[in-house]
Amino acid sequence: MFESLSGKLSGIFGTLRSKGRITESDIDSTVQELRTALLDADVALSVVDAFLERVKDKSLAALPNLKQSTNQSQEIYNIINQELVAILGGAARRIRFAKNPPTVIMLAGLQGSGKTTLAGKLAAFLKADGNTPLLVAADLQRPNAVTQLTVLADSLKIPVFAPEPGNGVGDPVKVAKDALKFANEKLYNLVIIDTAGRLGLDEELMQQAKDIKAAVNPDETLFVVDSMIGQDAVRTANAFQDGVGFDGVVLTKLDGDAKGGAALSIAEVTGKPILFVSNGEKLSDFDYFYPDRMASRILGMGDIQTLAEQAKKAMDGASAKRLEEKFIAGEEFTLEDFLEQLQAMKKMGSMTKLLGMLPGANNAAMKKQIDSLDDKELVRTQAIVQSMTPEERRNPKVLNGSRRARIAKGSGRSVTEVNSLVDRFAAAAKMMKQMRSGGGMPAGLAAGLPKGMGMPAGLPSGISGKATTPKKKSRSGNPAKRAAEEGRS
Amino acid sequence: MGLFGSFLSKFSRNRASIEDIEEFRKLLIESDLGVGATEEIIDLVKKEKSENLENAVAQRIKSFLSDKPREISLHHGEVTTVLIVGVNGTGKTTSAAKLANFYKTQGKKVLLVAADTFRAAAVDQLVTWGSRIGVDVVKGSDNSDPAAVCFDGASKAKNENYDLLIIDTAGRLHTKSNLMDELSKVRRVIEKVTPVNEILFVLDGTTGQNGIAQAKVFSESVPLTGMIVTKVDGSTKGGIALATERELGVPLKFVGVGENIGDFKEFEPDDYISELFT
Ligand SMILES: Nc1nc2c(ncn2[C@@H]2O[C@H](COP(=O)(O)OP(=O)(O)OP(=O)(O)O)[C@@H](O)[C@H]2O)c(=O)[nH]1
Ligand SMILES: [Mg+2]
Repeated sequence: MFESLSGKLSGIFGTLRSKGRITESDIDSTVQELRTALLDADVALSVVDAFLERVKDKSLAALPNLKQSTNQSQEIYNIINQELVAILGGAARRIRFAKNPPTVIMLAGLQGSGKTTLAGKLAAFLKADGNTPLLVAADLQRPNAVTQLTVLADSLKIPVFAPEPGNGVGDPVKVAKDALKFANEKLYNLVIIDTAGRLGLDEELMQQAKDIKAAVNPDETLFVVDSMIGQDAVRTANAFQDGVGFDGVVLTKLDGDAKGGAALSIAEVTGKPILFVSNGEKLSDFDYFYPDRMASRILGMGDIQTLAEQAKKAMDGASAKRLEEKFIAGEEFTLEDFLEQLQAMKKMGSMTKLLGMLPGANNAAMKKQIDSLDDKELVRTQAIVQSMTPEERRNPKVLNGSRRARIAKGSGRSVTEVNSLVDRFAAAAKMMKQMRSGGGMPAGLAAGLPKGMGMPAGLPSGISGKATTPKKKSRSGNPAKRAAEEGRS
Repeated sequence: MGLFGSFLSKFSRNRASIEDIEEFRKLLIESDLGVGATEEIIDLVKKEKSENLENAVAQRIKSFLSDKPREISLHHGEVTTVLIVGVNGTGKTTSAAKLANFYKTQGKKVLLVAADTFRAAAVDQLVTWGSRIGVDVVKGSDNSDPAAVCFDGASKAKNENYDLLIIDTAGRLHTKSNLMDELSKVRRVIEKVTPVNEILFVLDGTTGQNGIAQAKVFSESVPLTGMIVTKVDGSTKGGIALATERELGVPLKFVGVGENIGDFKEFEPDDYISELFT
């Protein structure tokens, strides 16, 4: 998401960056280009105009105070970034649980926005936190929506309340009401209600949604919206806000490449926070929404935090903990750890998606590499590591020419490939040492990347265009944050 | 749609003021026409003599449209095969059923194929439609190979002399290259039995500028012969369909205007353009 927007913004900032001293007219032209970029990203026109006015005012106000010596484009960048974060909702909010369970969550949205799949994902996500969710099939409209939810629930081993066959038969208000009773009796602490898709213009169906809401008095009513939606986002969000009323927003299909300006528009126009994002076909492709991450992603900084977290999640608990302890204790990072991380990465699924989160992943050359990359690369790397002896994995320094030739033969790869892997590992291990202050990106991730994409080289796509040269001592493991801490110039 | 309403005729009396132009630009942008097409029209409005304005704008919009045929031509005595494709949730299954019904009511013998073996209950959804409209449906089991189901469907259509074969496929994001490959495989497998005559891309009318990227990537894995735009019964102006046709030259063939089986129209460019000005 936001990929092309980031690409464009990288371009804009590149121009700005090349100027030592920024003038009023630089700001004007930046604002013009931002305007086109945001419109191409489907941000609503009214939101674009209001946003740019604020950015412009603040930038102009800051201009006289910009010191000659500082990186002036960085300051402008910060202003834009702050405005973005402010619109996207400031701090991330969590689900509000009811004082007296069950907590009731109702989903509402347009047809095809992804509510049913999302109901399943949300239930699984919250179940992992120890809740006992009940899914409720109250979309009695679309053919076989009830079956769809039932099949999903079964595959997740989550109970489903589906007393009506649907396909036009049954009263969704009654189903929702009965579900609550059922949950109370069976002591489920969480009820998630899937409802039929409806248009903002459809008064009859909006009234029905209102009736469902009145019947169950949800703790959270979530507006589910497809991240590919265009300028209609504002009209529709307003119609749902007026017609049903909602407390938060969920963005779906974020694994596509839509620039997702709707996120900005809806947050700005309704003032409601975006709580979750749904970003893949697997039922586990679901997460909280982080405004700051999204903002830095928009601005081409990449989403390192999500990447690191996914890496952590994919590794099984024990080995993650062990690696973390090793990491903190300052122990040597070995090829065995590296292999373990590679396997974790494989578990994480599509490389392409992961790499998209990296900073700098937006420039054209990088994009091409990412697009042409597949999981086979990972399998090949894994094959090489597996052809090494345990000793070689622990201490790659022993890898002389004949050992490398043997490994190449054993893994069916070329010696050049073996060499390049060893080099990347060395770079990663070095990086790992430098990042040693917790929460950073696992080095395996970096080293698993193909040539030229290894972490140090892949990092510096921020505003300065210079490589970060981390110094010793306490710094954030998040490169973006660290850059800010260091006042990157 | 009446997008422009009487807006332009206002200018034929007075020259457009800067505010008017801004308001017009807003109208175009908010209909998802995109910055490119919008600026093209705005330039025209700025330049053109006011008496000719409506005509000039109509001509320009017409020039955005493809001149490829918009009807599905049925070949007498052999099966015409239509593949329905698009990203998730755009209205493929509903449109497949609507299209089947559209031709069935014209007396054609139609066969539907439920080749979405991925999404839960997607097969049942089409089967339900099939029994509602009285059209046979070929289905595979959940998670079976979609190409295999298509092969069965195509063979049946050919052997049993159906006029029209309509295949509903699973929604897939154009960014998933493995799924896009699967789609080209589906087409290749069908073509072992019978040519695929139409590949219709279903575009959700509420989609923004990403619609162009979607259609573009789909057209790289299978040759699109037309589009169906759905959900324009809502508050969306559906300008992305026009923008996509302008960009890729894939003709818009049908329009979905509701959830019921009959909420389906052939796209008529002349009517569409004249409606813009009413
Ligand atoms: N209002 C309106 N709703 C529509 C239209 N076409 C489809 N829908 C609705 O949109 C939702 C999704 O339609 P489907 O036909 O299931 O979409 P799909 O593309 O097959 O979805 P997947 O197979 O899950 O990718 C359903 O609730 C349909 O009733 C339309 O023209 N107008
Ligand atoms: Mg479908």
